Amino acid sequence: FYLTPPQVNSILKANEYSFKVPEFDGKNVSSVLGFDSNQLPANAPIEDRRSAATCLQTRGMLLGVFDGHAGCACAQAVSERLFYYIAVSLLPHETLLEIENAVESGRALLPILQWHKHPNDYFSKEASKLYFNSLRTYWQELIDLNSGETTDVREALINAFKRLDNDISLEAQVGDPNSFLNYLVLRVAFSGATACVAHVDGVDLHIANTGDSRAMLGVQEEDGSWSAVNLSYDHNAQNEHEVKRVKMEHPKSEEKSLVKQDRLLGLLMPFRAFGDVKFKWSIELQKRVIESGPDQLNDNEYTKFIPPNYYTPPYLTAEPEVIHHKLRPQDKFLVLATDGLWETMHRQDVARIVGEYLTGVHHQQPIAVGGYKVTLGQMHGLLTERRARISSVFEDQNAATHLIRHAVGNNEFGTVDHERLSKMLSLPEELARMYRDDITIIVVQFNSHVIGAY
Amino acid sequence: AARMFLRVLSDIQWRAAHPKWRRMTSSQRSTSTTAEPHLVSLPAQAQVVICGGGIMGTSVAYHLSKMGWKDVVLLEQGRLAAGTTRFCAGIVSTARPTSIELKMAHYSNQLYQQLEQETGVQTGYMKTGSISLAQTQDRLISLKRIASSLNVMGIPCEIISPKKVVQLHPLINIHDLVGAMYVPEDALVSSANVSLALATAASRNGVQIHERTSVSHVTIQKGRVTGVETDRGRIQCEYFVNCAGQWAYELGHSGEEPVHIPLHACEHFYLLTHPLKEPLSSSLPTVVDPDGRIYIRNWQGGILSGGFEKNPKPLFTEGRNQLEIQNLQEDWDHFGPLLSALLRRMPGLEALQIMQLVNCPESFTPDMRCIMGESPTARGYFVLAGMNSAGISYGGGAGKYLAEWMVNGYPSENVWPLDLKRFGTLQSSRTFLRHRVMEVMPLMCDLKVPRWDFQTGRQLRTSPLYDRLDAQGARWMEKHGFERVKYFVPPGNDLLDLDHSKTFYKPDWFDIVGSEVKCCKEAVCVIDMSSFTKFEISSTGDQALESLQYLFSNDLDVPVGHVVHTGMLNEKGGYENDCSIARLSKRSFFMISPTDQQVHCWAWLKKRLPDDSNLTMEDVTWKYTALNLIGPRAVDVLSELSYAPMTAEHFPSLFCKEMSVGYANGIRVMSITHTGEPGFVLYIPIEYALHVYNEVMNMGQKYGIRNAGYYALRSLRIEKFFAFWGQDLDAFTTPMECGREFQVKLEKGMQFLGQEALLEQKQNGVYKRFTMFILEDHDTDMDLWPWWGEPIFRNGRYVGKTTSSAYSYTLERHVCLGFVHHFDEKTGEELVVTTDFINQGEYEIDIAGQRFQAKAKLYPFSSLFTQRRRKDEVELSGYQRE
Repeated sequence: FYLTPPQVNSILKANEYSFKVPEFDGKNVSSVLGFDSNQLPANAPIEDRRSAATCLQTRGMLLGVFDGHAGCACAQAVSERLFYYIAVSLLPHETLLEIENAVESGRALLPILQWHKHPNDYFSKEASKLYFNSLRTYWQELIDLNSGETTDVREALINAFKRLDNDISLEAQVGDPNSFLNYLVLRVAFSGATACVAHVDGVDLHIANTGDSRAMLGVQEEDGSWSAVNLSYDHNAQNEHEVKRVKMEHPKSEEKSLVKQDRLLGLLMPFRAFGDVKFKWSIELQKRVIESGPDQLNDNEYTKFIPPNYYTPPYLTAEPEVIHHKLRPQDKFLVLATDGLWETMHRQDVARIVGEYLTGVHHQQPIAVGGYKVTLGQMHGLLTERRARISSVFEDQNAATHLIRHAVGNNEFGTVDHERLSKMLSLPEELARMYRDDITIIVVQFNSHVIGAY
Repeated sequence: AARMFLRVLSDIQWRAAHPKWRRMTSSQRSTSTTAEPHLVSLPAQAQVVICGGGIMGTSVAYHLSKMGWKDVVLLEQGRLAAGTTRFCAGIVSTARPTSIELKMAHYSNQLYQQLEQETGVQTGYMKTGSISLAQTQDRLISLKRIASSLNVMGIPCEIISPKKVVQLHPLINIHDLVGAMYVPEDALVSSANVSLALATAASRNGVQIHERTSVSHVTIQKGRVTGVETDRGRIQCEYFVNCAGQWAYELGHSGEEPVHIPLHACEHFYLLTHPLKEPLSSSLPTVVDPDGRIYIRNWQGGILSGGFEKNPKPLFTEGRNQLEIQNLQEDWDHFGPLLSALLRRMPGLEALQIMQLVNCPESFTPDMRCIMGESPTARGYFVLAGMNSAGISYGGGAGKYLAEWMVNGYPSENVWPLDLKRFGTLQSSRTFLRHRVMEVMPLMCDLKVPRWDFQTGRQLRTSPLYDRLDAQGARWMEKHGFERVKYFVPPGNDLLDLDHSKTFYKPDWFDIVGSEVKCCKEAVCVIDMSSFTKFEISSTGDQALESLQYLFSNDLDVPVGHVVHTGMLNEKGGYENDCSIARLSKRSFFMISPTDQQVHCWAWLKKRLPDDSNLTMEDVTWKYTALNLIGPRAVDVLSELSYAPMTAEHFPSLFCKEMSVGYANGIRVMSITHTGEPGFVLYIPIEYALHVYNEVMNMGQKYGIRNAGYYALRSLRIEKFFAFWGQDLDAFTTPMECGREFQVKLEKGMQFLGQEALLEQKQNGVYKRFTMFILEDHDTDMDLWPWWGEPIFRNGRYVGKTTSSAYSYTLERHVCLGFVHHFDEKTGEELVVTTDFINQGEYEIDIAGQRFQAKAKLYPFSSLFTQRRRKDEVELSGYQRE
């Protein structure tokens, strides 16, 4: 049973999305040209989420990928809410006041974010009121706190991550009179999600990362070749600093049980995450919440299960590690992707494939005869070959799709093998997760002209 | 390789042979890098300044100086023949679609042939002949049509079989060919050297040539050219000629008063190769493979091959200027499809080694025809540019016609199809030009079937009813930027798509137009004819009447409310325009003329009307929507809508009255229809257009009203033998020659333009006669349809060409209109054409080489006309335009 190339394409392209930053008067003043994103599910339903939005009250653009585990509830909530927390954290005092006054007097609210969403990227309608109230409480506190200082992006990112995680935890503890919402907030809190978020404003690129998704910068060297620069550190057992940090935060007596089989408490792969209150709350709190919670929660073995060697919670945090990078003209693109991509591809290959794709679409190196001896027949052959190559490049109009095609379909020679691609994509649901993980990718393209002019 | 190429294409020997020349231009090419050559200072004044030293500029200079105008200065911003001319492929091809282009090319060929002898400059002239290949039957038909018109001009030409093709050119792969056209006298030249030869001859005749001098702008005062500003000072002059090629548009816009020259450059690629192992003979014919979009000529033992790709690359849209066309980028990927076509046509060339891919911009125009003539706004400002990559073929002839135009006031042939004044400001948008030339360039090779329309640059000028008509199935064509309905496709009736509807045979709209014609004959139809050019001329006293009486041949001193059909004639009595003029009041006139007259007619009148502030002329084209109600029930519809009697007693033919239609008042109603059918034209102030249209359609329902388009109109007017300006009538046709003596009032008591010429014709007879032909043995379903330009044979001898044709649904026959000449059998001299001469001949019309018997008539079928009309009335309305 094989998938035909059009069938393969329709699967690969189902979730692709592209956004081009609009030009004004023929000039594009943003350092971001646009982005391509896509995701390929392995879980059913997919547990990855992605978000992209432009900040309307401050400058800059936010992009993020979120990898959920133990369900998609937490990843979904984070994908809807985190950018609002970040945007609010970045807002100056006056704007916060203005917004609060508008809400108070029932006037129309200043729009804070302009979302760039694929039709499949949904927002939960039921929870919007609840989420909004939590957010409002946050900005009210910010207003009260008024430090008078200009907002530092790094701090804003850290605060937003921590605050959202705190709100997720709190909402689950308080519960909600509406039974649907009550179950929802508990599912959000008991599932988990990593987050890797980029904030781009001019030449200032901030990456805030929590967990094992990854941000990577594609750099074009002077000779035209491509190299990769990591802009995040994975928070997992492979990261010595992370292991050390976790060990520092707990008594020496737990040292052996903290990390087992490369997992936190022998259970969790990422060492930082949103939600996952099983690794954050005290045992008493967990028991109380589950007992008073709805039956569905009580019936769930996973939620009831208390991690072994659970002595000094919390073991897990959502606090991100923030890296700041000043963009240079040679920095052509940024790849944000969940671990599904990085498990199958080396970052160097990612840099090369995306780099060649992006430049190949725009300009293939022109042929010049110069002083060489070329016959008409040779030239004809060469041109035919080039045309064929161009058409295969143009098969994908989206860099993220192109990357997924390679990630899933690459053979040992590093080229896409249709047979392999077809097999991987036609795996039955229950098998798919064994061969590949959910993959979510955002490729942000930078405007070198604008960056060079800074 | 590039250096070698330069050396080959522009021979430098000629300089040494002409010391006078060298003194004036110095020798830039031999001076090494640093020393700035000494330049001869410019004259302070000259009669004529020509800008551009390519084939056009040098040809104009050559012909002007030959005709005795010697006070001429030619300025070139770089070096002579260094622009498009230098890179030109050098093919002189006479196989051209229109007769004026064909004549220009034919003259060029003859001129170039003797140029080397005349000037001593080697031009590389070689009579190789050319073969145009047909891969399809349709292509072969189009070649046969061209062959017919070449033959009657005395240019040898034959349609040959694929086998014969191989004999002429052994490298050609013929397996996919259905035939070809061979023109043995077509030639090859070195175009740069032709240009230099023309410059040399002009220079000997006294023309001053200055290289490295660029024109910054032309000064115009009171609508006249007064001088030229250059980077080396000012030259006062009476005449300026813009031969700046692809820079002509920009140069036209550089002054305070812009001169609009609508052309746009596209990149054009051709390939040069090293010689074959056994070098190709320099006498091998040039091959044109339009279906493969390529041409191939022999070049230095190898080949030169280029083409016109489907996806052209327009350039310099932003108007970037540069001295010479520096080597633009070679783009092999772009050339790929043409290379495939070349190797398919000549597979034996696979092993041939490439020398260079030349990128040479060519300028293209919105209608694929070149641009010549005088600016409508600046007298003395002449233009010759936009050659659509046929510069070398047209160069000689175009230069000659322009020189005649400047010296004599008009060229010796009808050049209206090439006249700058066929365009206005509306074709000068950069975006329009960019889009249009991207369509025009591929058209160089596309099959041109009857009634094709441009697809780009559309919906610019529209009637307020456009959307309404479109929703009712209107199919559109465009004239002078204005959208006009061809016909209405009834609901549920699908026509073929654009590509499939191309045919030389019976078209798919045949029945649709037939039913519209039937409705015009039996009930009533509405045609939106808003595109017509409309002027109002009025004065405080009698100035308007007096001036118009001089400018128009018919008597305009008619009672108020009358409409007069009249020619606007030139000194030779030829039609500059054909109009209907309504006398609105004692002192004001409303003039209607064809759509594409907007610029020409305005310029013609402006130039000749007295400069009198009491006399005003206004272009009111945009103010009125025109609805033509055609058919016997038009009377009923209009009288019901206006509560006014509209019968012939109350509203006779050729009458004009302002009245109310529906709620709208002040509608100018005229009892003319432009078809010979009964009916009216309503001139409606545009804000009332929708209202009046709705009222007419609602009221008309009970009389069977329907929409109709121009194709129906065309069929009606041609079966009524109505001539149409721009197609049948031109500046070389007089009313006497087309049976319109009744529209000329030789005795109106005052002089008018063209009167003397007409009097002479009246006395001595005419040398051509507009005649109607009814095809006898033509099968509408099976045979090729006539179009226009078909040769007419009388008793087996060529006597003229058709100018238009249509199927008459009433006669159920094809009708062709055309001019019959009388050539002396021995000398070929033109003799007077008498009625007897016309009536006593056996006629045939040649459609793509096949002859059909035709019956000639000098008067329309009276039985076709509606019963109650008297013959003189019929003749009075014997007038038509589209």
